[in-house]
Amino acid sequence: MTVARRLLFAAALPVVLFVGWWVLSADSESFYSPPLSEILTAFGNTWTLAAIKAEVVPSLLRLFAGYLLASIAGVGLGLAIGLNRRLRATLEPVLEFFRAIPPPVLVPVIMLFAGIGDGMKVIVIVFGCVWPILLNTVEGVRAVDSVVLETARSYRVTGTARLTKVILPSAGPQIVTGLRQALSIAIILMVISEMFAASNGLGFTIVQFQRSFAIPEMWSGIILLGLLGFALSLLFRLAEKRVLRWYEGLREAQRRAG
Amino acid sequence: MTSVRRGNPAWLGHPAFLGSAGLAGLLLLIELLPRLGVVDEQYLPPTSAILAALADEAGTGQFWISLKDTLVAWGWGLFIAVAAGVLAGILIGSVPVLRELTASTIEFLRPIPSVALIPLAVLLFGTEIGSTLLLVCYAAFWQVLVQVLYGVADVDPVAYETARSYRFSGWARIRYVLWPTALPYVFTGVRLAASVALILAITAELVIGSPGLGKDIAIAQASQAVPTMYALIVVTGVLGVLINLLARTGERRLLAWHQSVRGEVAV
Repeated sequence: MTVARRLLFAAALPVVLFVGWWVLSADSESFYSPPLSEILTAFGNTWTLAAIKAEVVPSLLRLFAGYLLASIAGVGLGLAIGLNRRLRATLEPVLEFFRAIPPPVLVPVIMLFAGIGDGMKVIVIVFGCVWPILLNTVEGVRAVDSVVLETARSYRVTGTARLTKVILPSAGPQIVTGLRQALSIAIILMVISEMFAASNGLGFTIVQFQRSFAIPEMWSGIILLGLLGFALSLLFRLAEKRVLRWYEGLREAQRRAG
Repeated sequence: MTSVRRGNPAWLGHPAFLGSAGLAGLLLLIELLPRLGVVDEQYLPPTSAILAALADEAGTGQFWISLKDTLVAWGWGLFIAVAAGVLAGILIGSVPVLRELTASTIEFLRPIPSVALIPLAVLLFGTEIGSTLLLVCYAAFWQVLVQVLYGVADVDPVAYETARSYRFSGWARIRYVLWPTALPYVFTGVRLAASVALILAITAELVIGSPGLGKDIAIAQASQAVPTMYALIVVTGVLGVLINLLARTGERRLLAWHQSVRGEVAV
């Protein structure tokens, strides 16, 4: 019963919005907001398997390559900086400055160095995403409970064991926060870098539609991009739930006790 | 929730020195890399050249107009997003049915990358400031809304029920029970939204060509004025740092009376 009710509540508004859009736009004469039926037809015609292979897959590959490199670099450097108090104090203002630069302005700079190929886009994503991961890792490492650290020390837990058994788990939730922020930046940069200069990719295709006034196709691209953002954040949440299961359990226990 | 806190009062002592040393090191590195020929000067001009370009820019009226345009788009976008986010958040948050009904829609709309709206903004507003505003508002709105929803959910049920049994009107309940509880969350939302708004303002200017610093960066890039481009990027970074600092100190000042902040100090 409750399941059915929850399902009803979850589906009600989306259905109303969808039907509302469908009905209101049904005989729309406006050039910019074509009927939803037309957009959906365009969606089916535009994003065929071949088109997805030619435009969406390269975009996603660049996204994953950049995100993966940024995660490795961010967590690695973050651990190194977070574990060394002096290093952290020295680099903190510099890192804060780099983080404060709006990531998309990196596109013209990196275009100078790396041209306009795939390399440029991956580097842009890496440079944009690395800061939130790095700073959150530093912060997470800094906030490791000192009692835990001292205990580990008295048990002579050192080296790799100290890193993987003590520090990484404690800093985990904060690192995941950084990774989540970085994911949305990565998607933005994927699109922006392709809008700037590319010969394929989702961002490139959508701008191309807009420039040639293929409005239903453009709308279909916007919808696809939205679905992609939603799907990626859903995937991230599933992964997060798996990795941080112990943390959720701990918080649940604390909440019940408190 | 996601903020990086650097609340050390020891900032004035040792770390301040180390931090300035770090910044000086960066400036020196950027000066030396091109001078020693490690990096082509065409790609990365030395610090002195960037600073000279910055001084040149600061002497032109165009720079200040662009700065003003960016700040105006940022400010208005943030203001609209905060107003809409707080209103919608309190409305949705305080009516349980609305909350249940909208949850799935909010979860779906929130992760949509705001840059997806760029083509739409171009068609609707062209290169006017409206394009920038649309993107800024969209991106900043979700940050505020989600935080306000968390805040409203955090209201102590006992306090709320007490207010009810004393026949507080709907407005009084919002004003005296809901709002004070949600306030720290509102501020967190505003702080997050302020940085996101700047990113989107610059991005929109850069990609669409609406007036502002981002457009100037695109022009500098197109005309191969590399030091000017770097100078403008530095300006955007400084703006970002300033907005961060302002939001953090503003939050601490304005919430100094609040339990959440007082509690931190006491413990």
